[in-house]
Amino acid sequence: MIKTTLKKIYLILILIFLYAPILTLIVLSFNKSKTRAKWGGFTLDWYARLFRNEALMGALWNTLLIALAASVISTLIGTVAAIAIMHLSRKGRTVVLGITNIPMLNAEIVTGISLMLLFISFGFRFGLGTILLAHITFCIPYVILSVMPRLRSLNPYTYEAALDLGASPLYGYVKIVIPELMPGIASGFLMAFTMSIDDFIITHFTKGAGVDTLSTKIYTEVKKGIKPEVYALSTIIFVTVLVLLLLINKAPEKGEKK
Amino acid sequence: MRRTKALKKMLGLPYYLWSLFFILIPLGMVFYYGLTDRSGSLTFENIAAIVQAEHAKALFYALFLALIATAICLLLAYPLALILNTMRISTHSFTILIFILPMWMNFLLRTIAWQTLLEKTGVINGILSFLHLPPIHVINTPHAIILGMVYNFLPFMVLPIYNSISKIDRSIVNAAEDLGANGPQILLRIYLPLSVPGIISGITMVFIPALTTFVISKLLGGSKILLIGNVIEEEFTLTSNWNLGSGLSIVLMLFIIFNMILSAIFDKEGESNYL
Repeated sequence: MIKTTLKKIYLILILIFLYAPILTLIVLSFNKSKTRAKWGGFTLDWYARLFRNEALMGALWNTLLIALAASVISTLIGTVAAIAIMHLSRKGRTVVLGITNIPMLNAEIVTGISLMLLFISFGFRFGLGTILLAHITFCIPYVILSVMPRLRSLNPYTYEAALDLGASPLYGYVKIVIPELMPGIASGFLMAFTMSIDDFIITHFTKGAGVDTLSTKIYTEVKKGIKPEVYALSTIIFVTVLVLLLLINKAPEKGEKK
Repeated sequence: MRRTKALKKMLGLPYYLWSLFFILIPLGMVFYYGLTDRSGSLTFENIAAIVQAEHAKALFYALFLALIATAICLLLAYPLALILNTMRISTHSFTILIFILPMWMNFLLRTIAWQTLLEKTGVINGILSFLHLPPIHVINTPHAIILGMVYNFLPFMVLPIYNSISKIDRSIVNAAEDLGANGPQILLRIYLPLSVPGIISGITMVFIPALTTFVISKLLGGSKILLIGNVIEEEFTLTSNWNLGSGLSIVLMLFIIFNMILSAIFDKEGESNYL
């Protein structure tokens, strides 16, 4: 009995540690008073200001645009690459997967500066394009690593049966293999999307002057002092993430009940 | 049949070219810049620069803080993973979700949250003065940096450990109990040894971002505390000495490679796949 109480207390303490800062941001986003230590009454003013803040809204748009483009492109390249990697010799596979691991295991700051040096040396114009190239680069490994396990557990006979029954290899792939891989492809896509949205460090080194994603915009704003609009933004992001995760979490449960 | 096999190999071409151009060549450029001076001739000065007082201090400071933060993460995460593992209930996945949800919040916003809490005129001191208690001075100290590291990277420790603990066969634990093992014995002789892969990959996933961070130290540590990440970042964005910045990055990569080898030895099951 004491043991379960202790366990519960521990869980609650960790939850407080995890959520107190986020709850603080949410409370402050409704605070009329600009000083953080005092409660000056309820207001939605900061939300109104946030939506009128063109710099922040532009950065939000850039973030979503890059995340969508980067996750779509990296899912395409990554899925095709995973299929190709499975057909490599053992040695070739080790080499390619070793290289694939580099962006995941290396420090983000090193990945960031290495891409910055590349873009400078080859005369790329820094801007949305360079950010997108960088994001695709660090997103592809996540796609490959979530598609690979599905490929390994694939039953090769269904595909062969399709060929025996007269399907062309392409038709067989589209009708048999890709649907089998879909859960892996979907989770790779989601992971790429969230990685891209959350990234700051690599974007920091590969963005051009005047082009910002949400993370880099917040970084420059914060150096000047945090504005309450940022609290409003955090609240919106947190609620969005919470709702999305709850929806994703709910989906399979419904399926099971059937 | 042979044609389709060749075709399948061709499928990988876009990715092979991509990884050559955006992974390997950029890394090569870091080494090129790190091993040359501004005129382009070979030198080891940029790497040897790590022994200069300011750089060595930044590296040791980063190592020190990252080690402490990793240790705290491990101490907090292990009991949490054990408790989560015993909660084999229907809300299972939802419970896990609650503990990793903050990870999906923007990294900068999470760090800003702590800045807001800890500042001199921040929320915590506001509450303390309301209760007529003396204020705390944590912001712009190493303590604030460690706190920021632990807060940001704790989920990276919890998930791999939880993954490897949840794979442990319950019947082993039951057998130990039947044979008279007590709680601590089960923990030390069953859970700990069997969750080593998770622990190692958790350590890697916390230690490397903590060691190389420049954001947490800048936002929570003020301008006085420089970690190796801050030094490298400034060489690229402020002073534009790319050669020195690259040289220091090569030194940093040695630690990363050491860490990679360590995790490759222990983590054969890929516990670091945290989604």
